[in-house]
Amino acid sequence: MINPFRPVGRGTLGAFETVGAITLFAATGVGRGLRGPWYPRQFLRMLVEIGYYSLPVVGLTAIFTGMVLALQSYTGFSRFEAQSAIPTIVVISMTRELGPVLAGLMVAGRVGASMAAELGTMRVTEQIDALSTLSTDPFRYLVFPRILAGLVCLPFLVLVADIIGVMGGLLVGAYKLGFPAGEWIQSTLDYLQPEDVTSGLVKAGVFGFIITLMGCYQGYNSGRGAQGVGTATTQAVVAASIMILVSNYVVTEIFFSR
Amino acid sequence: MTVKIAVRGLEKAFGPKRVLQGVDLDVPEKQSTVIIGGSGTGKSVLLKCIIGLITPDGGSIRIDGREMVGASDDERRAVQGRIGMLFQGAALFDSLPVWENVAFGLLAEKRLGRHEAREEAVRVMRSVGLAADVADRYPAETSGGMQKRIGLARAIATKPEIIFFDEPTTGLDPIMADVINDLVRACVRDLGATAVSISHDMASVRKIADRVALIHEGRIRWEGPASSIDASGNAYVDQFIHGRAEGPIRVGQVA
Repeated sequence: MINPFRPVGRGTLGAFETVGAITLFAATGVGRGLRGPWYPRQFLRMLVEIGYYSLPVVGLTAIFTGMVLALQSYTGFSRFEAQSAIPTIVVISMTRELGPVLAGLMVAGRVGASMAAELGTMRVTEQIDALSTLSTDPFRYLVFPRILAGLVCLPFLVLVADIIGVMGGLLVGAYKLGFPAGEWIQSTLDYLQPEDVTSGLVKAGVFGFIITLMGCYQGYNSGRGAQGVGTATTQAVVAASIMILVSNYVVTEIFFSR
Repeated sequence: MTVKIAVRGLEKAFGPKRVLQGVDLDVPEKQSTVIIGGSGTGKSVLLKCIIGLITPDGGSIRIDGREMVGASDDERRAVQGRIGMLFQGAALFDSLPVWENVAFGLLAEKRLGRHEAREEAVRVMRSVGLAADVADRYPAETSGGMQKRIGLARAIATKPEIIFFDEPTTGLDPIMADVINDLVRACVRDLGATAVSISHDMASVRKIADRVALIHEGRIRWEGPASSIDASGNAYVDQFIHGRAEGPIRVGQVA
């Protein structure tokens, strides 16, 4: 007779095994990376790859999110004659939640996939083995610069997303809903708290770490052949996206649960 | 004969499959040893264990008398600094131009600045028959034969004491394969290095080997001078070098 608990137990053990492997991978990457030697060229390349080339997709996402937010808030809030709260709703929603989460998800799709594919291809074509034979630690050369660049770039991208998102809301508010632009900006600044922005930036740092860690982990441990690289790429994006949503709740709880 | 690399009782399994089942092998200093054997017999795994890319389950690997199994990362890296390797598919770094691939080891060890490293890379590239104008191309812009030469240039650029060649002629036409064989031979001779190659190309084996070892089912079945391979009297060797289907080596058998 088949034990019905066996698949549950196997799944649980597998999940713990994966969490342990990812934790060890992160500890090895950061631990060895901090001890040096450092590879500033790799880090700069990653800054450009993550920070600069993600600007268009993050900017587009932010501006349309801000515009939709203003429009939707207006249609809902006008029922209660509460239109004056719309600038505040837009800026708080953008800085606390939508800026970090949407930027994180967009970067996970763009950068996480590309990292997993690049490292996966390097694994399959023995380039990672070649690094070891050339006195170069793959964790120091490949993993640490990517994680560090993710930590630095995501807060910067989220700050840009916040500003562009608020601008999107202002555009709709001023040109479609008839709000005076000066009042909109004043209302935005009056009710915005430093904590709204800093919580979003902390989230961004966490998301940057998660995205680059999952991209590196899946790529580094990629299976053989094109299928292995494809699977690694998919898993990097899916795992990073889920972890972004979970960690978003955890950080929100830490900041605002009192 | 001074032994550069001594392997004793090396074992490695992947799940239920025991790939290495007690390999014993001596690699003499400043000689070219070629490990032959069919596909899936453990040649690549043995090589990767010696280099430190795969951790064996048991046994001993001594390089210059220093134990490598269980050595710390720093100890292993110190030894890896004295080796070079030509990978089967060249394993060139796609994102770097050819000269940076060749000079990678020199730059990694900070032996030279970028300008000097580039000059040294071009010099090494010339020694393997590559023109200077290839230096700024990317690996994807070069042919398979050129990629092997670039990989060879990268392997010898740091003037290693030990060079590993993983099937150096696989995927090349017979003329290019012979060119690569000559280059391998010349590099080992000029550097005074110890060479360990794996191959199943008998023309290549006859050209580059001083000694030959045959591996089958995870064990060394025969080891001796390359000059005596035709008169080895070993059934495994006879079957392999003549490419016969009949013999002790069963193709496709379940291990």
